[in-house]
Parts: sequence; C-alpha cells; structure tokens
Amino acid sequence: MSEHAEAASGFLTIGLSHYLTLSAILFTLGIFGIFLNRKNLIVIMMSIELILLAVNINLVAFSSFLGDLVGQVFTMLVLTVAAAEAAIGLAIVVVFYRNRRSIEVEDINQMKG
Amino acid sequence: MIVASLAFYLFSLMAVVGALNVIFQRNPVHSVLWLIFTFFNAAALFVLLGAEFVAMILVVVYVGAVAVLFLFVVMMLDINIIMIREGFLKYLPVGALIGVILLVELAVVFGGWTMAPQAEALRVLPTNPDQLTNTEALGRVMYTDYAYVFQAAGLVLLVAMIGAIVLTMRRRPGVRKQKISEQVNRDAKDTVVMVQVESGKGLS
Repeated sequence: MSEHAEAASGFLTIGLSHYLTLSAILFTLGIFGIFLNRKNLIVIMMSIELILLAVNINLVAFSSFLGDLVGQVFTMLVLTVAAAEAAIGLAIVVVFYRNRRSIEVEDINQMKG
Repeated sequence: MIVASLAFYLFSLMAVVGALNVIFQRNPVHSVLWLIFTFFNAAALFVLLGAEFVAMILVVVYVGAVAVLFLFVVMMLDINIIMIREGFLKYLPVGALIGVILLVELAVVFGGWTMAPQAEALRVLPTNPDQLTNTEALGRVMYTDYAYVFQAAGLVLLVAMIGAIVLTMRRRPGVRKQKISEQVNRDAKDTVVMVQVESGKGLS
C-alpha cells in the first residue's frame, strides 16, 4: 500500500490521486453544467450523467488500488440506477414538453400541484 | 509503464475535453455526441485500471442505450437553439464560483489521500486471489454473494420501464388506431347478415 502512496507523487507513475483528481474535475464540470444550462433540461440531465460517471471513476479507482472487487460491483449498481434515472427523467421531459412546448427550467415551477 | 501513464494522461485529457464540450456546446445533439466521446474515454480509463467488465458495460449501457435515448429525445423535441443560450452569462459567475469552491473542497479531501494501514486487511473481496479474469471474478460474486442486490437492480429497471411507459403513453382523440381486442372479439353473427334474395327483385 505504501508503494502506491509514494508512486502517486511522480509525474509518470499514475497513482490513486491522479484518478481522484480526474473524477473531481469531471464532477465539478457536471455541477457547472447544471448551473449554466438553464434553458435546456436535457443538457442538465447530461450533466447529471457526467456526475455519475465521476462517481464511477472514483469507485473503480478505489477498487483497483485497494484490490477489492466490491467497488466494481457497486459501480454496476450505480450504472443501473443511472440508466433508470435517464429513462424516467427523459419520459418526464417528453411529457412536460407536450404540455408546455418548452423545456426551460423557469417553466418547471408550474409543475407543482 | 510509461505507455500506461501516457495513456492515462491522453484518455483523461480527452474525457475532460469531452465533458467541457458537453456543457458548452450550443446544439444539444452535439452535446450528446460529446457525452458519448467522454464515456468512451472513461471506459478506456477503466481498462487501464483493470476493470475490463465494467468498461465494456459502460460502453454497452451508456453508449448503446442511454446516449441513444438522449439522442432520440433531443431530436424529437423541437428546441429553439438560439433561445438556449439566453441567461448563459447570468448564471456563469454563480456556477463558476460554486464549481471552484467544490473543486477546492475535493482537492482538500482527496489531495493527501492515503490508504489506512489496516485497509488491506479489511477487504471484502480481494482481487485475484486465484488468478481469475476480472469478468469471471465479478461473475462469481454477482450471482452468489450479491444475488439479492442484483435482483433489486433488476427491480429498479423494471420500475423505470413501467414508469417511462405510463408517463409517455397517451390516447389522442381522432387518431385511427388498430384495436386488437375488438378485432379478436369480432363475431360473425354480429356483422354478417344472410339475406335470401328473391331472384329478379334486388335487395331494396
């Protein structure tokens, strides 16, 4: 385990922290995308997919560097939930578009009731 | 070793470029295509990490199913592309601020990450005790130790499928559609009338 920690400091030896940095960047980009695209719900859902991808990278990286397979099992469950979320979310977007003829975030406050 | 390191930098750079393009593309169709690009690069990173099965599942599920679903919906909805960018600059400072704060927080948390000394002893399923391939090792635990979790995942997908069908199904008035139950229940007695026609007279 200690060789991993030492190896992570070098530039050309890829350690756990490299993968964690990448997943942090992807996660932040996903959050950023949610804030930027206020006019398009579908891009917001794509940003959520990016966030879930960052989580998956984290899980697989920990699983690989610790040598524990449970992380990869959990990654598949996250994938399942992500697919279900995409299906339901896109169905809601389609229904909303039929009613309102737009998919802007500002219009969605009328959905309560 | 150096090749693997360079591959990591290449794929992670491409993934970040893809993610940036997902957010900043003007056209949602291009966003979906860049999302597919990002997922391919992430799958390559998973291969580098030695998780081949999850990498292939990522390609099959995301590129084959989820991204195509996104593509269908994006193309089905007629969205005004010019309208989309309105309010972009308004939310840019807030989004950038929150993004930077989050990145700094994640850097603080993960920057000095070291595994606990007893972490190795606490592993539930140590990888590769008897030289199995990744797929075989996953398959051995997926249907045994994690059978209930596996079934629960299937249930989640079933609920999602039923939910999506229920949400999007609608009956439009004035559309002629085939009603199979009515066709099957049609009876000859209700529809066919036998008339004995006298010769040379006609019916009416």
